[in-house]
Amino acid sequence: MIRTPLRPLARILSARERGENPDAIERENIRLRGEAARDRTRLRAEGRLLVMGVLFLMAFVTVGARMGVLAAVDPQEPQLAESGPAILTQRADILDRSGRVLATNLVTHSLYAQPQMMVDPARVAQELIEIFPDLDGKRLSADLTGKRKFLWIKKKISPEQMQAVHDIGDPGLLFGPREMRLYPNGHLAAHILGGARFDKEGVSSAEVVGVAGVEKAFDTWLRDPANDGAPLTLSIDLTVQAAVEEVLAGGMKLMNAKGATAILMEVGTGEIVAMASLPDFDPNDRPAPLTKGDASDSPLFNRAVQGVYELGSTFKIFAVAQALELGLVNPATMIATQSPMIYGKFRIRDFHNYGAQLSVTDIIVKSSNIGTARIAQMIGADRQRAFLGTLGFLEPTPVELVEAPTGRPLIPAKWSEISAMTIGYGHGLSASPLHLASAYATVANGGRKVAPTLLHGQPHAPGAQVINPDVAAEALKMMRLVVTRGTASFGEVQGYQVAGKTGTADKTKPTGGYYKDKVIATFAAVFPVNAPKYVMVLTLDEPVETSGSEPRRTAGWTAVPVGAEVIRRTAPLLGLRPEMEAAEDMGLTLVRN
Amino acid sequence: MTEMVFGTVPIRAGEPVLPRWWRTIDKWALASVLMLFCIGILLGLAASVPLAEKNGLPPFYYVQRQMFFGGVALAAMVLVSMLSPVQVRRLGVLGFAVAFVALMLLPIFGTDFGKGAVRWFSFGFASVQPSEFLKPGFVIMVAWFMAASQEVAGPPGKVYSFVVMLMVVALLALQPDFGQASLVLFSWAVMYFVAGAPLLLMSVLPVLAVVGGFAAYNGSEHFARRIDGFLSTDIDPRTQIGYATNAIQEGGFFGVGVGEGTVKWSLPDAHTDFIIAVAAEEYGLILVLVIIALYAVVVVRSLIRLMRERDPFTRLAGTGLACAFGVQALINMGVAVRLLPAKGMTLPFVSYGGSSVIASGVALGMLLALTRSRPQGQISDILARRGR
Repeated sequence: MIRTPLRPLARILSARERGENPDAIERENIRLRGEAARDRTRLRAEGRLLVMGVLFLMAFVTVGARMGVLAAVDPQEPQLAESGPAILTQRADILDRSGRVLATNLVTHSLYAQPQMMVDPARVAQELIEIFPDLDGKRLSADLTGKRKFLWIKKKISPEQMQAVHDIGDPGLLFGPREMRLYPNGHLAAHILGGARFDKEGVSSAEVVGVAGVEKAFDTWLRDPANDGAPLTLSIDLTVQAAVEEVLAGGMKLMNAKGATAILMEVGTGEIVAMASLPDFDPNDRPAPLTKGDASDSPLFNRAVQGVYELGSTFKIFAVAQALELGLVNPATMIATQSPMIYGKFRIRDFHNYGAQLSVTDIIVKSSNIGTARIAQMIGADRQRAFLGTLGFLEPTPVELVEAPTGRPLIPAKWSEISAMTIGYGHGLSASPLHLASAYATVANGGRKVAPTLLHGQPHAPGAQVINPDVAAEALKMMRLVVTRGTASFGEVQGYQVAGKTGTADKTKPTGGYYKDKVIATFAAVFPVNAPKYVMVLTLDEPVETSGSEPRRTAGWTAVPVGAEVIRRTAPLLGLRPEMEAAEDMGLTLVRN
Repeated sequence: MTEMVFGTVPIRAGEPVLPRWWRTIDKWALASVLMLFCIGILLGLAASVPLAEKNGLPPFYYVQRQMFFGGVALAAMVLVSMLSPVQVRRLGVLGFAVAFVALMLLPIFGTDFGKGAVRWFSFGFASVQPSEFLKPGFVIMVAWFMAASQEVAGPPGKVYSFVVMLMVVALLALQPDFGQASLVLFSWAVMYFVAGAPLLLMSVLPVLAVVGGFAAYNGSEHFARRIDGFLSTDIDPRTQIGYATNAIQEGGFFGVGVGEGTVKWSLPDAHTDFIIAVAAEEYGLILVLVIIALYAVVVVRSLIRLMRERDPFTRLAGTGLACAFGVQALINMGVAVRLLPAKGMTLPFVSYGGSSVIASGVALGMLLALTRSRPQGQISDILARRGR
């Protein structure tokens, strides 16, 4: 308890002296002090209440003024686009190596309906069926007259259809602007481009995403606004691609093949100038993937990249090159080729019996399985595996297609000596034609590794030296002899110095073993041989050449003539100058003055 | 003779209750409150229809309810405003005690109506929010303590009031009901200020508030989201604030017309927290300014009348009641015009709400009772020849 001092002490003391009770004085004092304090606090409170009143008045005025400012502003229509992440449009174009358009965008419209805004849904349904006969009439009228508030009717409509829908004149029919993907060249380069579809669809725009090929592989890049519309330039040459596809289609028909593929690749850079796979499709109207059966029968299947086949004798050049590289043989070394060659329970045969022995060059020229098997035996399984690995045969190709990783080579689980012997002549290891083209390009590139690419003009470091340049030159020389006097004699194209190697592989049965009458015929060519510029690989699936007395299936009769035609058509387009030897009998007299 | 037979005519000590009430009451404030109530009914006709429709009730069900509760509230207000300051104090302290106990019993008997905070007692036909009734009682209680502390050798009332305030704020924060808690804190601070708080302390308080705000921002995600929404420059049109802003803009100066507004259909709280947006959309800026002016009249007139008041209790209690009333209206409208971050707070008398309107009626009745004009010792001043 707070003790209150007796105040005023002087008066209290004097009162005590006079014998009076000082309480009255103290009470009087307390009352006076209380009154003084009350006056003081009241004055202070008066000021502070005034402050409070002014503050409140200011606050009310502020709220009122703010209301007035808001009321004076015209309301803005809420923007749909601001209410969510905008759907990106403007996909970049895809061009060929000289700037011709392979894929671009076209402004079009989608058609949607808001049935609750419709005047006469039944009539609208009827008239829509007349414009779009493919619509399900019953379902459409049920949707329009039912409780639905929104439905898409068509994803893409033509200007004529749009006008016709306009003419129905119903406010419940609305158009959403769209940018659709257009491939102006139709089937050309279909497997490379792949295709696109609408992904996230809104009323005001829709997202276009790639579904296959480079469209999907470069999807993020093509949609990236940071690129500012820069097109994607592919290494494809549209003219060459068209020529290759035309020749290939004709050849496939002529040779009664069920499928065909051709690759034309630049040797120095690995750029793919043309790549075709038949049968093909129109990326503007991609067929649905097969739901049953073998996916490789679908036109969507890219035989050049996804298809892995035993490519047969085209592999022999790698065994020979490696043997030359290792110094096991030289081109003139004689190898025993007595047929059949017996290894354990296996028998290896040649197409013809080539006698007791052949030189290494002749093994290539005549395509002797036995000779190659013996060379592979000399190399051994481990070294062979390592060498094929450096050529890229053990991994999928690095080409810029989403399908590329599915083209994984099939290699034996156990790389035994017999595996090495069969792989030496191209059986027991399945790889895609693009693998083969890359490996041939490596040989043609003086032994420097070539990686396939679809992009044009990208800087690239020269590949690793995987084969000695002299060995590579030796191999090319042998391949030239294959064309001039060997199995690929139909492959000679006047003036373009074609070198190459044929390969005829029996097709494997899905149940195991090999078909007797179904082959994969391949022609892998390099031209011109004295300064290799291009590699061409052409593969026919189950070809039969029936002009002779008995059906002929070997590559020399099927793939090689078609391949030669491809080179004959494309070499001038590629800007190669034919080397014409000035013949004595040309009737010209050279004069000098 | 008559007087000898029948006794003298009884002489009353003062004038009759009603005439004196009418003579001394602040008629402007009374009229303003009545007008606010009428505007509330008018807006309820528009704003509560969607709610009734949603709950499958007759369209004007909530208007009828509001008229009933509003009638009770107005009656309570008039009755309370007839009390003398001492009676107000007794009523307030009693009310505080009851409401405080009710508040403590909430966790046991209360219900949250699925809104996440246990704030209500449900009585079937109506629900009661004890914190609404606690506020006026709390103000009276604190004013009593503070006034007592101003006596010579009086109790340390400011410390007591501080303790009471802390307890109430803690109880409210536990519910959690930060809106009511901040109102309680604010009314205590205002009374402390008027009762003579050291200016140094008052200048430190805003700093503390800022620090507390930062702590809440970092501690509570809910709180942080609201502040972020307030600070961002563009308004998301799908939020409540977005709808409210759009409604005010649509309304312009004269409104889109009675019953033509659309915001009440999109805002779930159109009949309570955002009723001002409904008013702005249908009746325009005009009605909004009238509403603001009515609140300003009640608050500012009360404060000015209290400046003349000599009794510390009356002055402090009146200040607390007037400021709590005014600040609640200010916060509600400030949120709608985006001067303040979103905080659910009803607009007293205008918003729909059964128990809250009765509580507001009681509080306003107390305020009116305290601001009645009464002798302020002018005559004794003259007699005592004192300065004032």
